[in-house]
Amino acid sequence: MEKLPIALYIIPSLIMFCCGVYGFITRKNMIAILISLELMLNSVDINFVVFNRFLYPGQLEGMMFTLFAIAIAAAETALAIAIIVNIFRAVKNIDIRDLNKMKF
Amino acid sequence: MSIFILCIPLFMFLFLGLVGMKLSHKLTGFLGCLGMGACLTLCYITSFTYFFGGDFVNEAGERIQSILWNTTWLQFTDHLVIRLGFLLDPISAMMLVVIPTISFMVHVYSLGYMEGEKGFQRYYAFLSLFSFSMLGLVVATNIFQMYIFWELVGASSYLLIGFFYKLPSAVSASKKAFIVTRFADLGFLVGILILSYYTKTFNFLDMTSNPEGVFGSFEGATFMGASVLTWALVLIFMGGMGKSAMLPLHIWLPDAMEGPTPVSALIHAATMVVAGVYLVARLFPLYLLEEAALTIITVVGCLTAFYAAVVACAQVDIKRVLAFSTISQIAFMITSLGVARPEIHEGLGYMASMFHLFTHAMFKALLFLGAGALIHAVHSNNYTAMGGLRKYMPVTHVTFLIGCLAIAGIWPFAGFFSKDEILSAAYGNHWFWGLWLSMVAGLTAFYMFRLYYLIFWWKNPDFGHHTPHDPPLAMKFPLIFLAAVSCVAGFIPFGHLVTWNREPYTIHIDPVVAASSLGIAIVAILLATYMYRKENPLPDKLANTFHGLWTAAHHRFYWDELYLWITHKVIFNSICKPIAWFDRHIIDGTMDGFARVTQWASCSIRGLQSGNVQTYVWIYLIGALLMATVTWLCLL
Repeated sequence: MEKLPIALYIIPSLIMFCCGVYGFITRKNMIAILISLELMLNSVDINFVVFNRFLYPGQLEGMMFTLFAIAIAAAETALAIAIIVNIFRAVKNIDIRDLNKMKF
Repeated sequence: MSIFILCIPLFMFLFLGLVGMKLSHKLTGFLGCLGMGACLTLCYITSFTYFFGGDFVNEAGERIQSILWNTTWLQFTDHLVIRLGFLLDPISAMMLVVIPTISFMVHVYSLGYMEGEKGFQRYYAFLSLFSFSMLGLVVATNIFQMYIFWELVGASSYLLIGFFYKLPSAVSASKKAFIVTRFADLGFLVGILILSYYTKTFNFLDMTSNPEGVFGSFEGATFMGASVLTWALVLIFMGGMGKSAMLPLHIWLPDAMEGPTPVSALIHAATMVVAGVYLVARLFPLYLLEEAALTIITVVGCLTAFYAAVVACAQVDIKRVLAFSTISQIAFMITSLGVARPEIHEGLGYMASMFHLFTHAMFKALLFLGAGALIHAVHSNNYTAMGGLRKYMPVTHVTFLIGCLAIAGIWPFAGFFSKDEILSAAYGNHWFWGLWLSMVAGLTAFYMFRLYYLIFWWKNPDFGHHTPHDPPLAMKFPLIFLAAVSCVAGFIPFGHLVTWNREPYTIHIDPVVAASSLGIAIVAILLATYMYRKENPLPDKLANTFHGLWTAAHHRFYWDELYLWITHKVIFNSICKPIAWFDRHIIDGTMDGFARVTQWASCSIRGLQSGNVQTYVWIYLIGALLMATVTWLCLL
């Protein structure tokens, strides 16, 4: 099977990552920020797999790390949602701009 | 066995100090006396074995100096070894009689005197600590051990002077005693270091058994015009001056009378204050090498003896009179060592000094304990509150009179014999010293009988329904015992026991010296009788006629004021103030500067921590991009 050139994997991954960064910085809703975070994470996962396939075709470390990262991301998302739910219960609001109590 | 002499008081100190508060006063006192009694027995056995056992005399008939045990305590190098041991020789064996006797008497006396006092257990613990330290001092085998115990007696003296720590006067007196003696001990330490640097040893026996060798080891080194050996000896003597309250380091002793009276009897009359005399006696073969050091000792002793005797004539507080008389009598001993030479009556001065140390310890402890009984009865230290007490306190009266006769040097009381030997030694050296000391001896008789008459005769005050009475048996017994000792101690053949070269020497009483000193003493006593026996205006008239002299003597010739002036005006103003300024402005300023710069920097950048998460991300992103760019540029 003919391999697609690496740029066709990397460039969508880069676009995905930039979308994630943009979303992370501009969204007000904490859920949306969490989704942006997942987007960045997934783009990195794609990079892992791609580089594993192109640089060390006979090995599986990159794949394994991706699976780890997906599992940890799931756990971390659950944690983040729990925090968000608790914040909502406490202040009836999940707008990140209003949650700036932790400063100097 | 000899180790128990030191162990028992140390154990009693630890025991009473740690669990004393759980015990009743009676039990504490009993245990304290029991411990001291056991120590006393051991000391007597050791001392009597030494003097009369016959094992400690060599073929030539000299007593030997014997080290019973000596353990290495600290070893720095081959030469620099500090040992703790037990040296038995005539003077330490003599002190092994003096210290436990007085200490035991004070222990017993305190049962009555300190009864019901708060901190009774603490008091007995400190007494044991003092006894331990003093015994350790006299049996020291090397000068460093002596220095350690020297500081320990200073510390226990500090603790006991400040026993009534709620009285500000007692607190300042204890501080004063500690600081003045510490200052003197600085000289002592420097002297020890110089001496041991040249002789390469701390041991007394290595130094004194071969004094010419010591002299050779100095190789004629000089410093500021005097030989280094002289400097070392004079500096060591400075430590002795501090402890023995010689001019000009005497200022702490009168104030030390703020402590309980039995403590004054034990520490500030009989034992600790003679440590300076003991020190000079211990190193006497070295002092013999340096005429200059001995002359300094003689001059200091003579001046102090006269000064203290004059001041004692104008004091109101009876304990202060006794304190100044102590200073004067110790100065006698010091002078006696200063005038002692082997060629003059075979080193009589040394023997006389030790003899006087022994008899003085007995009769001065007696006088102090008597003063304690008086203070106990009338609740005042001043003779103005006393007078006519002979009818109320017959036992105290008789024992005090015996003490006064002994110190005045009346035959057959103890002081006559020892003082006579000192005067013979002084006349043997130079007629001037002899004449000077005879005059001071006359003054001694005068001020002691002035005190005696003012307390027991003078007037018949109205005590109302609260008449003073003799103290309880626990206090009477030591008075009677010490009075008995003061009566017979003079007949001890002291020359056969303690001499500078440890050869027996038969005391000859020089009839001219004895008769003249007895005559002077009797004249002085008669003068005191004439002036103070009955209430009369003559003393006041004399005080008014010589107003300046009397006031100056009453204020101890303004030595304390001089010290205050020097410390406050000179030292504080010219040294301490600039140092304080430097500390406050330069050192503190630097530190404050660091703090201010840090604070300013952190205030100016703290706005970055806004609490807004997305701002952090922005900053992070820009930073990461910048770093990536820089890395990329570098790689190109």
